[in-house]
Amino acid sequence: MLQAIIVVVGQIIVLLAVSPFIVGLIRKVKARLQLRRGASVFQPYMDIAKLFRKQPVVSSTTSWIFAVSPYILFASTLAAGLLVPVFVSKTPLNFAGNIIALVYLLALGTFFLILAGLDAGSAFGGMGSSREAIVASLTEPAMILSIFAIALTAGSTNLSTIVHKTALLEGIVTDPSPHLMALASLFIVAIAETGRVPVDNPATHLELTMIHEAMVLEYSGRYLALVEWAAGLKLLVFLTLIANVFAPWGIATSVEPAALGVGLATYLVKVSALAVLIGVIESMFAKLRLFRVTDLLGVAFILALLGLVFFYVLRG
Amino acid sequence: MSVLVMALLTCYAAGVVVPACLPSRPTHQNLVAHSLACTAGLLGVALGIAGLIAPEPLTTSLSSTIPYLSFAIRLDPLAAFFLLTISLVGVAASIYALGYATEYYGRASLGALGSLFNGFLLSMTLVVLADNGFFFLIVWELMSLLSYFLVVTEHEKADVRYAGLFYLIMTHVGTAFIMLTFLIFFQEGGSFSFEAFRHPEQPLPEGMRTVAFLMALIGFGTKAGIVPLHVWLPYAHPAAPSHISALMSGVMIKTAIYALVRVYFDFLGGQFPWWWGFVVLLVGTVSALLGVMYALMEHDLKSLLAYHSVENVGIILLGIGSGMIFQTYGLNEFAALGLLAGLYHTINHAMFKALLFLGAGSLLYATHTRNMEEYGGLLRRMPWTGACFLIGAVSIAALPPTNGFVSEWLVFQSLFLSFHIPSILLKLILPLAAAMLALTGVLALACFAKAFGISFLALPRSSHARHAREVSVSMRLGMALLAIICVVLGVAPMVVVPLLDRVVTPFASVSIEGKVLALDGWALAPVNVEFSSLSPPVLALLLVALSMLALGLVVAFGGLVRKRYYKTWGCGINLTRRMEYTATGFVQPIKRVFSTIYQPTVKLETEFLEESRYFAKRRRFEFHIEPVFQKYLYDPLVAFFTAMAERLRVIQAGSLHLYLAYIFVTLVVLLLIAV
Repeated sequence: MLQAIIVVVGQIIVLLAVSPFIVGLIRKVKARLQLRRGASVFQPYMDIAKLFRKQPVVSSTTSWIFAVSPYILFASTLAAGLLVPVFVSKTPLNFAGNIIALVYLLALGTFFLILAGLDAGSAFGGMGSSREAIVASLTEPAMILSIFAIALTAGSTNLSTIVHKTALLEGIVTDPSPHLMALASLFIVAIAETGRVPVDNPATHLELTMIHEAMVLEYSGRYLALVEWAAGLKLLVFLTLIANVFAPWGIATSVEPAALGVGLATYLVKVSALAVLIGVIESMFAKLRLFRVTDLLGVAFILALLGLVFFYVLRG
Repeated sequence: MSVLVMALLTCYAAGVVVPACLPSRPTHQNLVAHSLACTAGLLGVALGIAGLIAPEPLTTSLSSTIPYLSFAIRLDPLAAFFLLTISLVGVAASIYALGYATEYYGRASLGALGSLFNGFLLSMTLVVLADNGFFFLIVWELMSLLSYFLVVTEHEKADVRYAGLFYLIMTHVGTAFIMLTFLIFFQEGGSFSFEAFRHPEQPLPEGMRTVAFLMALIGFGTKAGIVPLHVWLPYAHPAAPSHISALMSGVMIKTAIYALVRVYFDFLGGQFPWWWGFVVLLVGTVSALLGVMYALMEHDLKSLLAYHSVENVGIILLGIGSGMIFQTYGLNEFAALGLLAGLYHTINHAMFKALLFLGAGSLLYATHTRNMEEYGGLLRRMPWTGACFLIGAVSIAALPPTNGFVSEWLVFQSLFLSFHIPSILLKLILPLAAAMLALTGVLALACFAKAFGISFLALPRSSHARHAREVSVSMRLGMALLAIICVVLGVAPMVVVPLLDRVVTPFASVSIEGKVLALDGWALAPVNVEFSSLSPPVLALLLVALSMLALGLVVAFGGLVRKRYYKTWGCGINLTRRMEYTATGFVQPIKRVFSTIYQPTVKLETEFLEESRYFAKRRRFEFHIEPVFQKYLYDPLVAFFTAMAERLRVIQAGSLHLYLAYIFVTLVVLLLIAV
């Protein structure tokens, strides 16, 4: 019991502490690729700390939904993070929910953020909310199918079980093609869900291109801090998911101090590598038009479906 | 228990008779009718729970002089479960009606409204209790007719009369198919008693079973609102008074689900070829997806909710259909799981849909419009209604920690377990259905973000909304009751699952309570904890604890700085309601992405100033989505029948002698055949 509590608390601390770093790292990579020096990778920490101390200005047309949404967003994203194994393969909260629960927890945050976007009454917020709704709608089927393809190969929909089995090389598939297709699909989904280029651009403040940023435009002070932190968390949750499901090497399969140390170190390396990859992708691609996102997510859906077909065909 | 049954029926019967006989004081009629309905509902809840835990089904019977008809009642766990659902919604609706019916003082006869309300509840109760086919058909017809009368309460409006007529025709087409189904069973069983349907003297030939399956699907599907038989729902449900809409959408369509389960799993004995389950699954998927898609385009709040009933019936059928498929392959435990998931969603949908309809009723009461584009800013003016509606919206969008999430999760699990099925086709189709269910879920999320966001948030969009006031206490109580049930069903599945297990055990011939509930009931884990698990109470606690953590972080890092209120930035001018995002604008991207389904037609007219073509004096924007089913399925059918009737008019000359001649000729022909 005590051990379980320590692991959960440790996971909360790691997720909270690492997420701004990932955001900073992506920005740094992009700056470097643009031959700029860029801000320190620790800049997002300072931003969040500063935002917490700032006085929030709240629109007088808003209701309590606007004030409550950042908290719900933050809590639901963090709760989703607790269902994913981070540096220990067996998360104590494994039983609390499988990967479907993770998807729906993230959806809870999205729902309240969409409402908050509508609450201030400005057209920007409404536009962001409306676009967020369509992007979310298109990602979900691909996400469920790719998850299912992974679940089939591991024989479980619980993330800890999937990661633990793969880490111990149990039930490894002879042909990795279904896995690879699901990985590609999930990667596209992650990019769309976390609002990165080419689906959305987190650095933009131009009304024609904003999705997520338009939705949270009215937020300031501590609310903005929570929203930004939660956005970083969501990104980290997806990266953790991809890193540990497809490459669980090094993750601690027991709660020994040495194993934990190795687990933590490899985890940091893995998510940093993925962050660098996202930074490179963001520098290489231009943002897609909103109505071209459909095609990209259609590709993700088809990939996941192919993964499923391959799995059954290979198994005979 | 039989005392309880008598008390329940008497109470409803009194509710039918007394308000109609009372002198015409609406206040008294309102109070008497709805408190009787409420009492009967509470008795129904007690009876439902008793029936669920009783070891043996309760049966009573009253024979009649009419051949084949007996007023037989049987309360087995399936009937008890639906009785519980109907009664819970009935209680909330009657509490709500105490306040809501004041709207009809002087406009409609409260005596009639109250009597019909009780009669409607009574007929639905008897539908699930009936144990005789003849008796069932009578109460089924009664239910349809009484709900028709309730739909046309505001019959002074032409569109309400049209909705009523549409409903009346559709429901009778459905009833015709149900009669055919029962006649098939009657042919083999020789009796209309359900016992004979269940165990006929000689088993039905395969072909007849298939016919019965299809007839039942069409007949009951019409009432349940499956695509393409759903077209009456978005007309009839919104036209009725809101507490009636809550009953119709929340529970009346569930009687069809009851009947489907009864026919497929009980009468047909759960012996299906694989394609039966496949057909049900397909119908479920299509209904779920098209239901939510049409709902998105709807800006009349009550029509939107009616379309969502189509969606949720689809989700229920996904559960039941997967159960049927598993049953075919002898995977009884999974079959039980699929059926359990479908039934769990049935009670959940009854609760949140009734809640949402009551919420819509409150908005209608306060603003006198159903058009969402004229709402806005209502959360500040109607905080209680808003909070209850939000709980309903979160539930229907299947978000944790509410009830919709738990049942949709179970449906997902039963679809995912498809890899145990030997057929490769079904192995691929069930996950695809799961993907479509995921799409349905997010679209429902978008739809209720729209419904709640446009109605309750930001600035009022009309003077109706600006002058809205919070509704009366009884209306708030009715909504709050359902909202609480939604949360309880969401965080305490360990109470619901054992009861549902008692319902499905006889049909799947296996009890799965121990398999579904793990960790002393703290988690749901179909098959085992390793494959998949969900702990709704822990997730709820986790969400609360982590919100506290967020609050703690805020205090620790910045202290609670007082926030400053200021007007929303409107690019330099003051924000007005015309600058807000509209419901139409909100769904525009969805309309565009799925334009193959909607086939929208857009009309934009601009009138320019005379001086310059650069300045518009006024613009007019119109958009319509193609009513595909009505245009390509129903209109040709109606045209066909009208043409047929035109032809047949030749023999209807209106002459009495001619008619007598017809009768004579018929008689002669019949006698000749007999000889």
